[in-house]
Amino acid sequence: MKRHDADKTALFARRKRFNRLAIALSMGAMLFGLFWLAWILWETVSIGLSSLSVAMLTESMPPPDEAIGTGGLANAMMGSFMMVALATFVGTPIGILSGVYLAEYDPNGKLSASVRFVNDLLLSAPSIIIGLFVYALIVVQFKEFSGWAGAAALALIVIPITIRTTENVLALVPDGLREAAYALGTPKWKVITRITLVAARAGVLTGILLAVARISGETAPLLFTALNNQFWQASLSGPLANLPVTILQFAMSPYENWQQLAWGGVFLITLAVLGLNVLARALSREKLK
Amino acid sequence: MRLNLNISNAFADRLFSLAARGSALLTLVLLLGIIVSLVMGAWPAIREYGPGFLTHDAWDPVREDFGGRVMIHGTLATSFIALLIAVPVSFGIALFLTELSPAWLKRPLGTAIELLAAVPSIVYGMWGLMVFGPVLAQYVQQPMQSLLGDVPFLGALVSGPPVGIGILSAGIILSIMVIPFIASVMRDVFEVTPPLLKESAYGLGATTWEVVWRVVLPYTKTGVLGGIMLGLGRALGETMAVTFVIGNMSQSSSLSLFEPANSITSALANEFAEAAPGLHQASLIYLGLVLFLITFTVLICSKLLLMRLKKGEGRRA
Repeated sequence: MKRHDADKTALFARRKRFNRLAIALSMGAMLFGLFWLAWILWETVSIGLSSLSVAMLTESMPPPDEAIGTGGLANAMMGSFMMVALATFVGTPIGILSGVYLAEYDPNGKLSASVRFVNDLLLSAPSIIIGLFVYALIVVQFKEFSGWAGAAALALIVIPITIRTTENVLALVPDGLREAAYALGTPKWKVITRITLVAARAGVLTGILLAVARISGETAPLLFTALNNQFWQASLSGPLANLPVTILQFAMSPYENWQQLAWGGVFLITLAVLGLNVLARALSREKLK
Repeated sequence: MRLNLNISNAFADRLFSLAARGSALLTLVLLLGIIVSLVMGAWPAIREYGPGFLTHDAWDPVREDFGGRVMIHGTLATSFIALLIAVPVSFGIALFLTELSPAWLKRPLGTAIELLAAVPSIVYGMWGLMVFGPVLAQYVQQPMQSLLGDVPFLGALVSGPPVGIGILSAGIILSIMVIPFIASVMRDVFEVTPPLLKESAYGLGATTWEVVWRVVLPYTKTGVLGGIMLGLGRALGETMAVTFVIGNMSQSSSLSLFEPANSITSALANEFAEAAPGLHQASLIYLGLVLFLITFTVLICSKLLLMRLKKGEGRRA
């Protein structure tokens, strides 16, 4: 009897020891994740800030191997801005409309199920494949790399994100609202545009912000659509300078002034993307209140 | 007048529903378009090499001799390393967030991990090339070389110039990038485990670890697997971070984890814009098609697993 108790105590001690070990490892994993985030942000901010200058924001790209501090990324920022703006402008209405279809017109239908399925695939699909597709669709047809093609590629990335968020927030709108509107004789399109979408506007806006954040940092789909351009250009035709591809090109180059500008660009992109993310989060929290 | 208004409303209704339906259909058309354009673009290479392309070990744009073995190996090896690191770490993070963390810490910590997913991949690449690579070379590769340099197989694994680029650094950076995806799926599925099940186990005297390992994990295993597949899909298709640190050597057939290598995505990123139309470009698109098929298979598996969990949940509830 005594022997049996001793065995039990030993087993209990062993289980407790093992549990403590597992908890310690789990905390270690958490720290591991935070460690990388802190390290990456720290390097980006410290090196990025030191390479920031007024010229970077106002001047176009310098030739290689010039003095550090001359030339900037203004043309790349302009190009990125134009493409992101156009992609958002074109992509979000399509995404919102599809989201409306999934949530309002046919929530349980076969078509919706397949659209949902395919959309989730596109959401995680390699973005470089989108670049290949737009290359075949636009660049080959018009025989030149262009900002239009870059914007199209980015728009194709915006659409699945907006579809997902729009459908999700529309599903949260209580049916009572819709029914009340229908009971007053409101046509469906008005119910959607004036009632449900308005009720869900914070969520839809969050989705748009997240989509903008995502495409602002996208590089792969621009590599063979917009390509890059050394000079200032305010139109979307022809190869267009943009921040991500410029960072890639400058970082891989052996020239110190280019590398420094690449760090400055990385800092700007990180700032913009994380800022948009934080904003989107704040907005969706507001909605929950 | 009144009638007129009704007609225009009916018309607007019709128009709006058509627009919504059309946009939804666009998603399906997009997928179809991608498949068709890839197959068409890759056709010259498919006709020339057939499936042998996958194992053919050559990449010579001058003599127009192409094979995808090096890139496919690079893509699979980096993703494998990424999962090897990311899966246990994500499990730990999910465990911490669902069972151990005090309530006030849950949200900020969860947000921090999700921010890892928001950092653009080009930032990972830049950081990997300039900061992480050198650190890895100095503190990991060189000690390992002096330790294992003369051991037959292991020595070959760590050979190469100590610059910190290659399959291992790409794999490690990929693992950091997919941790947030896997961890957040795991956390979400852990949270759907009915509290009743967990409390019964706790009530019988089970430890936290035993509850997670014997109750939560068996209950959520399809979802966990789905999350891992999602992470794998991300890792396979990641472009920029890998392009920065893998070294972009298409001819390498060395075993080493530290020798410059190549992956499908980085080959596309580096060569496609400059590739001459013809066999070179077609071979690159062929690689893209292979990547597309692999990632889509993985993502479909992930989706089906996650859907199965959801269905089961409905039945039991």
